[in-house]
Amino acid sequence: MLHDALIITRREVRDSLRDWRIVAPIVILTLVFPWIMNLSTRAAFAFVEEYNAQIIPARLVPFAVMIVGFFPISFSLIIALETFVGERERNSLEPLLGTPISDAALYLGKLLAATLPPVMASYLGMTAYLIGMALSAQPIPDWSVLTQIALLTTTEALVMVAGAVVVSSHTTSVRAANLLASFIIIPTAFLIQVETALLFWGAYQVLWFILIALIVALALLIRTGVRTFNREEILAREVDEFNLAAIARMFRKFFIGEKFSLGRIYRYDLPRLVRANGLPIIFTSLVMLGGAILGWGLAVQYPVPTEALGAFQVDPAEFQKQLDAPGMGILPRLDTWSIFFNNTRALLIAAILALFSFGALALILLLLPVGIVGFFAGQAARLGTDAFTFLVAFILPHGIVELPAAILATAFALRMGASIIAPPPGMSAGENLIRACADFLKIFVFLILPFLLIAAWVEATLTPQVVLYIYGR
Amino acid sequence: MSPLIETSNLTKQFETLTAVNGLTLTVDEGTVLALLGPNGAGKTTTVRMLTSILKPTSGYARIAGYDVARAATAVRHIVGHLTEFPGLYMRMRALEYLDFFGELQGMTRADRRARAEQLLERFGLGEARERRLAGFSKGMRQKVALIRAMLHQPRVLFLDEPTSAMDPHSAKQVRDAIADLRRDGHTIILCTHNLYEAETLADRIVVVRRGKLIAFDTPAQLKHDLLGLPVWHVRLAQPIAEWPPLNGHLQIETQNAFEMAYRTAQPEIANPYVLSQLHAIGAQVVMLGEAPRSLEDVYLKLVQ
Repeated sequence: MLHDALIITRREVRDSLRDWRIVAPIVILTLVFPWIMNLSTRAAFAFVEEYNAQIIPARLVPFAVMIVGFFPISFSLIIALETFVGERERNSLEPLLGTPISDAALYLGKLLAATLPPVMASYLGMTAYLIGMALSAQPIPDWSVLTQIALLTTTEALVMVAGAVVVSSHTTSVRAANLLASFIIIPTAFLIQVETALLFWGAYQVLWFILIALIVALALLIRTGVRTFNREEILAREVDEFNLAAIARMFRKFFIGEKFSLGRIYRYDLPRLVRANGLPIIFTSLVMLGGAILGWGLAVQYPVPTEALGAFQVDPAEFQKQLDAPGMGILPRLDTWSIFFNNTRALLIAAILALFSFGALALILLLLPVGIVGFFAGQAARLGTDAFTFLVAFILPHGIVELPAAILATAFALRMGASIIAPPPGMSAGENLIRACADFLKIFVFLILPFLLIAAWVEATLTPQVVLYIYGR
Repeated sequence: MSPLIETSNLTKQFETLTAVNGLTLTVDEGTVLALLGPNGAGKTTTVRMLTSILKPTSGYARIAGYDVARAATAVRHIVGHLTEFPGLYMRMRALEYLDFFGELQGMTRADRRARAEQLLERFGLGEARERRLAGFSKGMRQKVALIRAMLHQPRVLFLDEPTSAMDPHSAKQVRDAIADLRRDGHTIILCTHNLYEAETLADRIVVVRRGKLIAFDTPAQLKHDLLGLPVWHVRLAQPIAEWPPLNGHLQIETQNAFEMAYRTAQPEIANPYVLSQLHAIGAQVVMLGEAPRSLEDVYLKLVQ
């Protein structure tokens, strides 16, 4: 397979290097931009040294290396869109599909072809920048940071290319693919901002976690790419079809079926959906449990001073004042509707974010509140209060309903996010996404919203009474 | 001897569209088969299934005993496919392009070079072999695409509109090449809207409409079945008042003072008889000949 893949790679790389639209920017970004960055860095050094500052220059160089390396790899996206969907648009893909090469070899060959020139240009740019810095006797980052940046750059290029393949598989024109490429560009831009913050912060260890997350995302994208980049999928899609009416019909079929029946939904559809999604539900529950344990662990690692927390006792008058207070920031007012809307909003935002992150952000958003609860339970235990009683007082009354609702919503959001990765046989990624969205909406409207309403009422009325009963002075 | 191509109930479904519906046919080695049908009839989908690019939804197809779904790689080694659009890589040179496809077919460097040069010469492109394909005319590009399909000496060639967009001279060159391949015993499946081309090149004709096979036979048999007995025309130099009596060998179609058209199953008997009868009354015959009947008439009768 590798032999065939390399035949494709060789041809495509040669083709890219004959295209001045690709070569000219790469050359400029490889040779001119590092030189400009070099001048800028030295100017910044000179400026901060006037004020005897040290820390900023030390952090500026790794950032500059990363930016110098990132600019050329941004071209991998353009090359990938050209090589996958461009070839289809120019009708040159079908002759290739008629040869004995396997789908996987073709995919691999094109993946390498779209990645190699930009990554080589990126390494060259970073090297040119570092040589410039060394020649002007400026400090250069140590090898571990440079290795980290090189690995991150390479993985980002591969992720963009693998993402571009997924995008290309759902379009038949470069124009449409360019529009859909924003699904790659926006998260990548966000990622670069996060990496920048971490580099300036000096949190190099966290960059390893980002690298691992990128590798996981790459694996998922490659899996999706291999599934969608095959002869059958490519040739079955002759035109870009964005038929809202057809999408609406399909959504209605999955959401309502032949005829709307509330009885059928509760008797048959919802139990079937829950049974069919056992794996994401179990996985989400484990993540939730992991979040609580992580929060507890953080409480042990970072104990809050006793004076700051005070005794676990509640003054009824003060408590009532807090209950009557208006909401603060993202925290809602403690009445049924405010809590209900807040929780509904949070779960819907998580679901929307899940669509752009293969479900990962929905899990992270679930981890946060559970981690905070674990953290406070851990602090309570550290102060000698029974953590179980703490949980019974503050969480259990409404949590009995709210936690299953949160788990279900997150599990179905996770499935929505993951739906394009692995559509079942005979179903396109688009169809699978529509089905997952319909399933999410069904479970959300008919199960989660009633659960959230009940939980909000309990949280606004019963939970404070339980808290007062247990911790009231 | 088993047929080289064999399909049974071959069907391809795309969501709600049935592109090919239960196609059953056999093609012997050395046959040139023309696949005809209106746009959207399922010709290209049929070819894509037979070249192992698409998998059948149901039914099966075998090429030289290889199942197109289960032994796709083997099938792709023994078929050559000229696609509807040449789909060349414009920044490549002709020889370099052919070398790339030869390598994908597993040919050795020496073999693919020799074969590419031989074919380029044969199609009059020898001098252009080091030129970039972007500078080629439409006809030249089509020829390069045809060479690409023939490069690995496939047992079956699938040609989708091989002469479309070609000037008459280039089209003739390609038709001659197909005729040469036919003489060499190649099996060719020709998808075309050019009925003259189909008639002159094909041994057998398949007509498909809305994914279904509606006719499959030799051109002569199809004409016979669909258009009836051949029509013969007689034209006279001078008008005659009355035609002589003609016996039951003939089935008169039209008749006037100058001309007569008739059908006969035995022209070798009927035609001398007609001439002798006319001679007997002193009529001067200018012409006696079979009225040309094209495949187009057959095709239109089938698809309309």
